[in-house]
Amino acid sequence: MQCTILIHEQAHIIAMRNDPAQRAALYAPIGAYLEALKEAGVFVSGAGLEEPSTATELSAAGDGWQAQDGPYADTKEQLAGFFLIDVPDRATALAWARRCPVLPGRTVELRGNLCRPEEMQPALRAVQA
Amino acid sequence: MSDDATHRAVEQAARASYGRLLAFLAARTRDVAAAEDALADAFHAALEHWPRDGVPAQPEAWLLTAARRRLIDAARRAQVRRDALPTLLAAADEAEEQTMPDATFPDERLKLLFVCAHPAIAREVHTPLMLQTVLGLDAARIASAFLVKPATMGQRLSRAKAKIRDANIAFEVPLSGELPARLGAVLEAIYAAYGSGWDDVAGADPRRRGLATEAVALGRTLLQLLPAEPEVRGLLALMLYCESRRDARRDEGGAYVPLSRQDAARWSRPMIGEADRLLQDAQRAKRLGRFQLEAAIQSVHARRAATGVTDWEALALLYEGLVRLAPTIGALVGRAAAVAEARDAAQGWALLQAIPADAVRDYQPYWALAAHLLARLQRHAEADTARERAIGLCEDTAMRVFLRQQARNPP
Repeated sequence: MQCTILIHEQAHIIAMRNDPAQRAALYAPIGAYLEALKEAGVFVSGAGLEEPSTATELSAAGDGWQAQDGPYADTKEQLAGFFLIDVPDRATALAWARRCPVLPGRTVELRGNLCRPEEMQPALRAVQA
Repeated sequence: MSDDATHRAVEQAARASYGRLLAFLAARTRDVAAAEDALADAFHAALEHWPRDGVPAQPEAWLLTAARRRLIDAARRAQVRRDALPTLLAAADEAEEQTMPDATFPDERLKLLFVCAHPAIAREVHTPLMLQTVLGLDAARIASAFLVKPATMGQRLSRAKAKIRDANIAFEVPLSGELPARLGAVLEAIYAAYGSGWDDVAGADPRRRGLATEAVALGRTLLQLLPAEPEVRGLLALMLYCESRRDARRDEGGAYVPLSRQDAARWSRPMIGEADRLLQDAQRAKRLGRFQLEAAIQSVHARRAATGVTDWEALALLYEGLVRLAPTIGALVGRAAAVAEARDAAQGWALLQAIPADAVRDYQPYWALAAHLLARLQRHAEADTARERAIGLCEDTAMRVFLRQQARNPP
């Protein structure tokens, strides 16, 4: 099964990236975690995301899109990155979520993916037909 | 009587007797969920009646009678919908109620423990079932200790109870032939409560107590019910040795301290003393088992409090025995560590390398030990790679920091 580990961070954690000294402390454990995911053969993909202030949000309005600066809500925590993993079961996914390096101000969210991308293809084709 | 005093009396009865009351009720009907509901109703009724009528002389007997009446009523209602079995059981129960002296009722908790760890019940739910039925812990608390969503834990528990009822699982103590295997499942479930799902009991953050206290309570309950089984003593001794070191696993600044560098003066002497006595009693039975061996390993570490040194040769021998009896990955890694200390790093490394790679891909202690031994063998590049892997597999911030520091201060 595929799962997504979402990393939400408070503004002060996200801001640590801008300070070279703090950046190393922030990235080193995440790098080790990424390597462990790869070596264990469960890593599918993942990325750190640019700061929320750089986001563009498109919202459906009337008959078209309306663009605005993100994030749309003044929430305490913002999505900072994600890992997509492929594991045998939910318990293994949870074990990997627990290993994601924690800092005070960081929340890790584990979500099951609805299905694998290749399983979605027939459904998409059906919609397009 | 004031409401506060009543609440205290009800709480006191719940703490002291919840497991015994529930085990007695469930053993009669084989319906754990119905027994829990009936008992919950009885506690509610006590909150209503006791302030008015006073706390009864025998609170447990009062609660039992109230709960049994509820069960009998429920069984009568169910007669219309289901087969006659619950009604027959209820009728028998009603007849028995007339004759049983109020103050005493049989302790059925041992049977309940065996039902919780029955082979027909999913292994992952053995421990949660015990915690809920024998100790009366609520599902949310159990869920949080195992880092599972409360709703998920609630569903797992309900499914397991439905299984007990529908498969008509007998409330009985297994016959002597089956006892070792069935007892093994009970012991493992209690030990799992001690670790609360964490692999590395010794490394876990001491501030996150999890269910360690509850696990020790389950161990004591089991010992009281099965005093002749040496493995029960072994398990309790093992948990107490580990508990004795809880405060020493972090220094004043909160940094991780490995066992070999812990200040033995910070270990709890009373707990070590109790564990020593339990282990000695267990070994008198001359029936060695996995938990006695694991406790013996911890007793060797505990002896450093008195002697100031660790007998690594004794540890290597005990791990050798443990690997023969129960070759878990933890035992194999432990043996490699002990051999490396007792003899030399190369021999330890050879044992570590012999463990199948598939089994250790995400086993953190393996990579932490690999980093340590490779550094001692002056193979620094490989040590760094292994250390990164160990850091990537860590669940604990203090341990991550410790491993990072080791890269700067190799042994």
